[in-house]
Amino acid sequence: MSLRGKSAIVGIAEFKPMRYTEGATTLGMLAEVARDAIADAGFELGEIDGICVEGFAEAPFEAPATIVEYLGLDVKFAEIVDLGGASGAGMVVRAAAAISAGLCETVVCTTATRRERRTTEGPKRSASAGFSGRRVDRTPVTEFDAPYGAIGANYGYAMIANRYMYEYGVKPETLAKIAVAQRYNACHNPDALFFGQPITIEDVLNSPVIVDPLHLLEIVMPVAGAAAVVVTSARKAKKLKKPAAYVLGAGGHTTHRSITFAPSLTTTAIKGSADQAFAMAGIRRRDIDVASIYDCYTITVLLTIEDAGFAKKGRGGAFIDEHNLQFDGDFPLNPHGGQLSFGQAGAAGGMSHVTEAARQVMGRARGRQVKKCEFAFVNGNGGIMSDQASLILGRNS
Amino acid sequence: MSDETPAPPTAARPYKKPLPEPMTASRPFWDAAREHRLLLQRSRKTGKYLFYPRGVSPFATDDELEWVEASGRGTVYSYTLARRPTAPQWGDDCPYAIAIIELEEGPHMTANLVDCDLDAVKIGMPVVATYSDVTPEVTLVNFRPVAT
Repeated sequence: MSLRGKSAIVGIAEFKPMRYTEGATTLGMLAEVARDAIADAGFELGEIDGICVEGFAEAPFEAPATIVEYLGLDVKFAEIVDLGGASGAGMVVRAAAAISAGLCETVVCTTATRRERRTTEGPKRSASAGFSGRRVDRTPVTEFDAPYGAIGANYGYAMIANRYMYEYGVKPETLAKIAVAQRYNACHNPDALFFGQPITIEDVLNSPVIVDPLHLLEIVMPVAGAAAVVVTSARKAKKLKKPAAYVLGAGGHTTHRSITFAPSLTTTAIKGSADQAFAMAGIRRRDIDVASIYDCYTITVLLTIEDAGFAKKGRGGAFIDEHNLQFDGDFPLNPHGGQLSFGQAGAAGGMSHVTEAARQVMGRARGRQVKKCEFAFVNGNGGIMSDQASLILGRNS
Repeated sequence: MSDETPAPPTAARPYKKPLPEPMTASRPFWDAAREHRLLLQRSRKTGKYLFYPRGVSPFATDDELEWVEASGRGTVYSYTLARRPTAPQWGDDCPYAIAIIELEEGPHMTANLVDCDLDAVKIGMPVVATYSDVTPEVTLVNFRPVAT
């Protein structure tokens, strides 16, 4: 069964990323941004009959029910999506599947990350603690990676970058170009964290090396934020008589949790996910007008360009050198600035690739609108190249 | 940690980094590490070696796993030099090397590269297991370059 053209994103809401929140609750942020997305779609609360939400620490159990109650919803489909940075795209995949299967008609997908300043009482608490919000992590990652300082994500992407350079080679300037193009885009997006702060390739290469070979400006800055979308049936979307972003293709792929055990460091799970989405949509790579690609690091973008099929393996660097990645260029990439320059608000940062792709397809991207935007490709990436979710969105069903 | 095996912790300088909590399936691995031996599991059905230790085989549903002693030899599959700490407990250790080691038997494992010139670390470099007794109860398996 294919999901092609059976549902569409019709409502979008997003908070401007901020360095810190002050006393906000994740629940409150999840609900507010969901409410805004429902209002953006022009729906009443009673028209929502499905919800996808990420796990969050404040609700270690029954996260979907908690937010359903808070928002005054009454749903047939309540889903927690635990795919890290791929959760946003993965929520839309699940919403589209549920709608297509007749389980429900209109699903709100919501993500939020709060971020309090560190206090004297101790280190900040993680705002999002993954599936069921469990804080006690006891998995092979904590047993076999953490004792060696293999903690967080920086080290893993650095090892991917070093292996890629060993197998295929890529110039540091090429990776830096990704960050520079996205900063250009962010300078056309007043909501971006780094609006008004252009950078050059020299700035990237002169920024401190954090984990060899990754420079500071190739690494996302964690922020607080929230993003939500409303997905509804194509039937209902067409009645709205306003632009919608139809879900034409969807895919997913998960192979590992720890990068230690990834089948390959240089050919990622993105390949399976993107291939599935493109096959379902029935369109070619060159039909894509905007690529909304998860960009926790510059190397992530390079690997996605290759594994999603825009360039052959090992040719991603040449592809980046040969194309203009700005929103007004010949391969528009992350017009909102990407998470590198828009800000990475946990799963909401991943969702920003969905909201931006939908905005572009709907023609609502204002000063950074990609011209003649018919098709968008979205990729969400969770963990260290662990969870992948891909979408093809289109202006028509 | 970068240049030499760390001195064992003392009451005045307790070990503050995260420690493994062995699970039922992995306890033989950690017990062997304390004896400065490297154990891996091997699939009876396919002959493939496995790391990390598991209670079920990831190769087939009708497979069984057996423990075997590994050579301790391998090569650097990839690595990074942390110029800034990856977690606060490593704040005094920078720079240090985190690497994925490809063991001679096939499996990958993450460890630190110790007793080595960090500027000389290269992918493909031959390494051998070395054992860091970080607490009286826990020994971590690390790797150092093979002397040439």
